[in-house]
Amino acid sequence: MPTIVVEVMPKPEILDPQGKAIANALPHLGFTGFSGVRQGKRFELTVEGEVTEAVLDDAKRAAAEMLSNPVIEDVVAVRVEED
Amino acid sequence: MTSAIPLIGDFRAETPRQLDGARIGVVTFPGTLDDRDAARAVRLAGGTAVPLWHADTSLHGVDAVILPGGFSYGDYLRAGAIARFAPVMETIIAEAQATSTSSSPLPVLGICNGFQILTEAHLLPGSMVKNDHLKFLCTDQVLRVENTTTAWTSQFTEDELIAVPMKNQDGQYVVSAAELEQIEAEGRVVFRYVGANPNGSRNGIAGVTNAAGNVVGLMPHPEHAVEPGYGPDDATGMRNGTDGLTIFTSVVSSLAKGTA
Repeated sequence: MPTIVVEVMPKPEILDPQGKAIANALPHLGFTGFSGVRQGKRFELTVEGEVTEAVLDDAKRAAAEMLSNPVIEDVVAVRVEED
Repeated sequence: MTSAIPLIGDFRAETPRQLDGARIGVVTFPGTLDDRDAARAVRLAGGTAVPLWHADTSLHGVDAVILPGGFSYGDYLRAGAIARFAPVMETIIAEAQATSTSSSPLPVLGICNGFQILTEAHLLPGSMVKNDHLKFLCTDQVLRVENTTTAWTSQFTEDELIAVPMKNQDGQYVVSAAELEQIEAEGRVVFRYVGANPNGSRNGIAGVTNAAGNVVGLMPHPEHAVEPGYGPDDATGMRNGTDGLTIFTSVVSSLAKGTA
């Protein structure tokens, strides 16, 4: 069944407190090669049947109106993954 | 039994009869925690609290609405994001934005999670992200009341300092630079944190109002500072602080005077 993947990230100008905490913790485990971390969200929308243009448009609207909050987040990807 | 301090559930003598007409709705979503405290604050202020259910589109003729604190729908997705789509919110959003001359816009107060719901519903600008220190913060917080023209703050004096409890994890108020400039210029910051910024909120903003002034949201909890013995410490003794009560007496009195 095809899946539509939606990825949402905090806006670049919003300091991401969770990402910062992860970045601070990484060196404690010996991971010293990463200078920053930003944490986002990935949604997997399962589709029964074919992903038509209309279904994809619905996914894009859901991403913009519900899955993300435009004040603090950007939708960075809406794509179809077959399996 | 008589006591200078009213006992729980005993406010027979304190209820001002002439204001009983003010009916304030208190919404309960799945995961709401402070609805009973908010209803109690309304009663202590002399109003009548009307329970409103999230799945009900009717507001049952209330004169104002409070969205109380808690973790509506488990704060899944984002704090307040799912509650914003509840049936009761469709009616509240419509009535809060009423512009016709026959019906004045509904006074709405969002406390903590209620504030988050109001930003998700785009009734108030900005949004909330995790506290900059990432800890759940529970403390008594001093606020400055910077706007006394709203129905919810009319009985405060300009720049009055009040102490009310605050308890949240997603309390950092963020807003775009352009909107921040606008709400500051228009005097729409209603409450500002006094002292060290407790959560990284832009400009130390604790509460804001919309352009019309009928919708107010704040992160701290005035409904937990309405009764001696159960509020923050103040000069008169431990837990005696009742600064939050003025929010509720403000709206009850504004409604009685017809200025809300």
